Amino acid sequence: MSESSGHFDERADIAPGAEEEHSLRARVLGYVVGLVLALLLTATSFFIAGTDLVWQPSIPVAIVVLAIAQMGVHLVFFLHITTGPDNTNNVLALAFGLLIVFLVVGGSIWIMGHLNQNMPPMEQIMKMQ
Amino acid sequence: MAMTATVEHADPHHLGRAVEHAGPAPKHIVTAYGFWIFLLSDIVMFSCFFAAYAVLVHQVADGPKGAEIFDLRNVAVETICLLLSSFACGMASIAADLRNRLWFYLSMTVTCVLGLAFLAMEFREFADLVSRGYGPSRSAFLTAFFSLVGCHGLHVSAGVLWLLTMMAQVFAKGFRADIMRRMTCFALFWHALDIIWVAVFSVVYLLGGAA
Repeated sequence: MSESSGHFDERADIAPGAEEEHSLRARVLGYVVGLVLALLLTATSFFIAGTDLVWQPSIPVAIVVLAIAQMGVHLVFFLHITTGPDNTNNVLALAFGLLIVFLVVGGSIWIMGHLNQNMPPMEQIMKMQ
Repeated sequence: MAMTATVEHADPHHLGRAVEHAGPAPKHIVTAYGFWIFLLSDIVMFSCFFAAYAVLVHQVADGPKGAEIFDLRNVAVETICLLLSSFACGMASIAADLRNRLWFYLSMTVTCVLGLAFLAMEFREFADLVSRGYGPSRSAFLTAFFSLVGCHGLHVSAGVLWLLTMMAQVFAKGFRADIMRRMTCFALFWHALDIIWVAVFSVVYLLGGAA
């Protein structure tokens, strides 16, 4: 009785990093797919950063997008954070972490950018007058 | 019969799915979840270093800019080392689940060697910068650079120590339930370091090198 209820719990929740029951072949394949995708995204990032082929102002945006995509690949294929119902707790914790990260990084860049603009060093104010 | 009774207990309204847990989750789920929360708080801490770097990247105090000191070829090799070590760590997790000692030691050794190669390259880069007079005290940009990348390097160093500890524990105690829980946490830690490195090479080296 207690053994089977424990089993029921395992079906209802899954630990971060844990996978649902898969064959060895499927698990190894998951890591291989993740590695190939990550290598491709990395190679694209480094290529984009040093190329003259694309419109230059688009490069920072492309690097940020590629980085976010690669973090997603790592989360799904290496950390096994998925959108499945057994993963809700893990995803909610991740979502809260991301909220704080965006507040800290976005807020700092935003506020410090305005400070730089509104309060330039003294010699720059003298030049403007 | 016992199974039917459990299902009815967990599903009193006959919704066809579990709406109520029979008790607390198993220990390996609670442990891994707690460690996941720690990793997220670690990522929040890193975000402060990233924010500092983004704010200070142009404050070079007439010192070198990022583009003048970053060697992207070096960074690319570092990235490949970490990616492959993350993959080897995944193989070690699978080997541990299958209780296969040979593959476990082999994968963990590969993980360790690649991690050490990464650390050696990063140390060489730092030593080279300091010897050219571009240490962390040279400018606000370099302070932010050394603290962010160095903080990641310290995490990798701690990860290598943890990795060796895990190998020793499996050697001495075998694949016991508590050792397996620690192994899950180690794998999460190592993969999370790779995620942070993705942000580091994108923001610090590729974006900071172009700025």
